[in-house]
Amino acid sequence: MTSESARLRWKTWGCSALVVISNVTGNFFLKRGMPAELATPAAYITVLFRPMVTLGVLLLILWLASRMALLSWADLSYILPVTSVGYVLVALAGRFLLNEQISDKRWLGIGLIMAGVALVSGGTAPQTTQPAKPRAAGAAK
Amino acid sequence: MKWVLIGIIVASTTVGEVLQALGMRRNGEIRDFRPGALGRLLAVLSRNWYVVASVVAMAVSFFAYLGLLTVAELSFAVPVTAITYVLETVLAKYVLQERVSWLRWAGASLVICGVALVSL
Repeated sequence: MTSESARLRWKTWGCSALVVISNVTGNFFLKRGMPAELATPAAYITVLFRPMVTLGVLLLILWLASRMALLSWADLSYILPVTSVGYVLVALAGRFLLNEQISDKRWLGIGLIMAGVALVSGGTAPQTTQPAKPRAAGAAK
Repeated sequence: MKWVLIGIIVASTTVGEVLQALGMRRNGEIRDFRPGALGRLLAVLSRNWYVVASVVAMAVSFFAYLGLLTVAELSFAVPVTAITYVLETVLAKYVLQERVSWLRWAGASLVICGVALVSL
């Protein structure tokens, strides 16, 4: 592995971790804060001012930003499987923080997701297309 | 109502994430993560129409998902919306021109089966 591809791989893993953690924690707070129903169109807006929902939305904005950064160099077909490790974190958090039971079916699902993540992250490079030529104004130097 | 929302979610998520990938690819790799540089980047991205359209599409997806969660269980919503993995991987190959090797197809397929098993 050349130093350039090693650099890209470490950067990709670090950014993927941020994408996953911000998504999982953001969705967690969002679900904690959501009321049972949204009766009127206005309720979709006012619900955003509940503290738990606000925190969840801020974390999801971090998720959006880190995902955009990741996509500036990594393939979509790479980050889709790799960031799905979030589903595993949600299941494991339920098991170890909330003491939920994990059925055999769910363990099998966790195993399949981890196998898929390992295949893609271990077996393929994050970037298969030529990097875009930095444009004068658009390049983040 | 449920299936209308699912249709909206799947379509807007797929379109939004592919546009996001297109827009960020045009921008090129982000290398400078200092606050000032990120501020300038934000200004550049706000004039990148792929990125702006992707944020709009993902906001539609977000609110439709909130709506879906009020009429459906998570154990239904999560596996159904995993269909976007299939659509986006296909679009990554044909629209984004990524080289999707058999390892990636295999990985994406395992993930889709896994997501269904975990959440059903």
